[in-house]
Amino acid sequence: MRALMPLFLLLSFGLACAAPPQQDGAAESTDSAATEQVVNVYSARHYDTDQSLFERFEAETDIKINIIEGDSAALLERLRREGEASPADLFVTVDAGRLHQAEQEGIFQPTSSETLESRVPAHLRHPDGLWFGLTKRARVIVYAKDRVEADAITRYEELADPKWKGRVLIRSSSNIYNQSLVGSILAAAGEEATEAWCRGVVDNMARVPQGGDRDQIRAVAAGEGDLAVVNTYYLAQMIAADDKPEDQQAAAGIGVVFPNQADRGTHVNISGAGVVRGAPNRENAVRLLEFLTDEGAQAVFAGGNKEYPAVSSFAPVAELAAFGSFQEDTLNAAAFGANNKEALMLMDRCGWR
Amino acid sequence: MIRARLPRAATLCVAAVAALAVAPVALVVVQIGAPSGGLWSHLAATVLPAYVRNTLWLASGVALITAVLGVGTAWLVTLCRFPGARMLRWALLLPLAIPAYLSAYAYTDLLQFSGPVQSTLRATFGWQAGDYAFPNVRSLGGATMFLSLALYPYVFLAARAAFLEQSVCVLEASRTLGLGPWRSFVRVALPLARPSVIAGLALVLMETLAEFGTVQYCAVDTFATGIYRAFTLPDVHAMTAAAQLSVCLLIAVALLLGVEAMARRAARFHPTSTRQRPQPAWRLRGLRGAIAIGACSLPVVLGFAIPAGRFALLTWRGGDARAREIFVEIGRNTFLLGLVAATLSVLLALVVALACRLRPTPLNRVLAAAAGMGYAIPGAVLAIGILILLTGLDLQVTRPLGQVFGLELGLLLSGTAVALVYGYQARFLAVSLNLLRAGLTRLRPSLDDAARSLGATPMRMLGRVHIPMLRGTLITCGLLVFVDVIKELPATLILRPFNLDTLAVRVYQLASDERLAEASTGALAIILVGLVPVVLLSTLLDRSQARAATQPTRDVPSEMPEFSAAESS
Repeated sequence: MRALMPLFLLLSFGLACAAPPQQDGAAESTDSAATEQVVNVYSARHYDTDQSLFERFEAETDIKINIIEGDSAALLERLRREGEASPADLFVTVDAGRLHQAEQEGIFQPTSSETLESRVPAHLRHPDGLWFGLTKRARVIVYAKDRVEADAITRYEELADPKWKGRVLIRSSSNIYNQSLVGSILAAAGEEATEAWCRGVVDNMARVPQGGDRDQIRAVAAGEGDLAVVNTYYLAQMIAADDKPEDQQAAAGIGVVFPNQADRGTHVNISGAGVVRGAPNRENAVRLLEFLTDEGAQAVFAGGNKEYPAVSSFAPVAELAAFGSFQEDTLNAAAFGANNKEALMLMDRCGWR
Repeated sequence: MIRARLPRAATLCVAAVAALAVAPVALVVVQIGAPSGGLWSHLAATVLPAYVRNTLWLASGVALITAVLGVGTAWLVTLCRFPGARMLRWALLLPLAIPAYLSAYAYTDLLQFSGPVQSTLRATFGWQAGDYAFPNVRSLGGATMFLSLALYPYVFLAARAAFLEQSVCVLEASRTLGLGPWRSFVRVALPLARPSVIAGLALVLMETLAEFGTVQYCAVDTFATGIYRAFTLPDVHAMTAAAQLSVCLLIAVALLLGVEAMARRAARFHPTSTRQRPQPAWRLRGLRGAIAIGACSLPVVLGFAIPAGRFALLTWRGGDARAREIFVEIGRNTFLLGLVAATLSVLLALVVALACRLRPTPLNRVLAAAAGMGYAIPGAVLAIGILILLTGLDLQVTRPLGQVFGLELGLLLSGTAVALVYGYQARFLAVSLNLLRAGLTRLRPSLDDAARSLGATPMRMLGRVHIPMLRGTLITCGLLVFVDVIKELPATLILRPFNLDTLAVRVYQLASDERLAEASTGALAIILVGLVPVVLLSTLLDRSQARAATQPTRDVPSEMPEFSAAESS
């Protein structure tokens, strides 16, 4: 048994060292709530700029933020399983469909805060205060300026036009932004027309859907295709990336079209957050929500991540403003959120990977 | 009496470990009972054929390439002598430090349309898009290559250990019978090494079936990505659909394990002699030497030098603004998690392997196989199973129990690092278990008989004979699990407690935001942390060979091969 001694020693050493992080989350949120104020966040936003926001909140309020970042679906499953015992106070996610799903499953509790209600416009929050939008992003069509006329495409529907055969770049149907976009088209055009559109788009694809939105922009710049469907902040970030000249160069040759300006408007998605039903630190969660909608935080969302501020009195950052102003599709987030499943099944049927 | 009770205790031990390992999978599988709301027929009609096709192509491609690379290079560096062979012996293990998804990131960055290679080609020859054909790395072929480069060391390790152990006599006999290096390899060494190679290949295949990050990034839809996609469906029936797909994958895994067990049982060899003299080395000169050097350095260059170099360059140019934090805090978390999980994994595997050695009943064999099947289950599936199990336990057992004693316990199991360490055990037990069992089969059963006839109790035999003789294998197991834990991503993402980042998580966050340059710092850190055990491992292997070379007197009298073969079956 002597040969096993080092193993035992290692194990006990390791356990001893690993113990502190174990206690961070679970114990503090409950036992020592009296001594130290905390707020526990489950976040599906994975942007580094959020980190600096959280640090500022901690400095300003003396409330420590415990955070788990992860995929929306996985965090939702965790919330579901933990039920009333969940340590989570605030659930932050990046798609209206996900907010809708969490709301449907009873993950959130209503919050009434005059601050929040005065700041966040009514169409960007749940009527009962179950969730609040924090930022907006438009899903636009971008094109190669040297190969495509500025007004050659004006509607999402035209992406299925055979003249774009082999020229359209868009990411996978697994991506929730695409599911929400198709969900919004479903709401506008119905299933039959949407499926026909979807087949047209698949026929027009320049390549098998791969990578993220930035990859689509780079591929347009490189000439792999002429059109791409992307979220606005990706392009704005590339334009602003002083440390990455190749990205700036790629973005320089890209033009932006806000689709469907003559009819329902451009599809806009939100990232948002809601207070979790069993939140042990409810007040702190509300404070954090209010903090995230104040001018300073909205400026970080806008300036760092190049999203449109949810609070409409704040202006978007210069790179976004340069794309121009546009009319939004005011379809309620709940509507395309509810369509996500049908949208995905429809894309499956059309062979959109 | 201890001796009478022990067999039952052995079976109990194996059963307990197997139950812990199988429980998460079982909890996912039982979800199949819920109504699927038509999702299954939808999946079967649309995406399932592609999952089956891609998974089969990927698995067979990776198996073929890793077998050729692993066995070929192991043979060359173990039994042939050519310039650089000594260095390549450890260099061939380096790709072990780079998970396949990192290779995929690095090569995509290098070889994509807007990457430096294609841009240089276009600038040099004045080509435009569409003028030339260039392979797309984000494809089935790319995924096969990245996985093969990351996984061939498993086959290499297994084959090399087997070649090292093949008795001198056998190879000398083949030589005196006039066989050259090539024919000795094909007709003697390879058949003898087969059980080890198959064990290595089984690990490779299991890892391939479970692989998520690489195939996802390469835009290949396999069962692993399909299950996760079904799980993320915004629908109440999502879990059922994911469970149904998981069952399909489980059937494939069971088949694989069955084939492996059969292949191993059909050919189990114990060294006829443990005489470890320096083995007959064939000198390869001139062109043959050059070919050997080329063949052995190719996987090192492709699987290690290029991706590691790319990340080093990207880090040098900019990298992650949180670099210090990455190396100090996140690096420490990752290292500790790996240490705890690897140690525990070795202990559990030791219990199972020794219990099976004492009581090689069919029941125990099946239980041991079940304990290791988590290796072929995508991390996300296991993680969800563990989430179901541990939150259930927390809500039903630990919290009520705590309230009895007036304690507010929170989520003691599911909300802490316990869940993560459990996840790593369920996922990687197969690694340590397979290697340990292979190590144990190499200890001749006659040893047991000798120990027992000298009056040793089974426990004393394990403690005094088996464990000391397995020390090298135990360390190897621990190191391999450690590397696997460092690289693990999907389960970590789902199960981690508050404020606990690992290196893999950090890299994933940046890479999924398409910020490869920033991700390079974390990637480099993963590679560096992973290099520690790899270097340890290679010095260990090297030393064992050196010892064998300098101590030709450590002979154990050889015995009749029929004897050991009869005993083991």
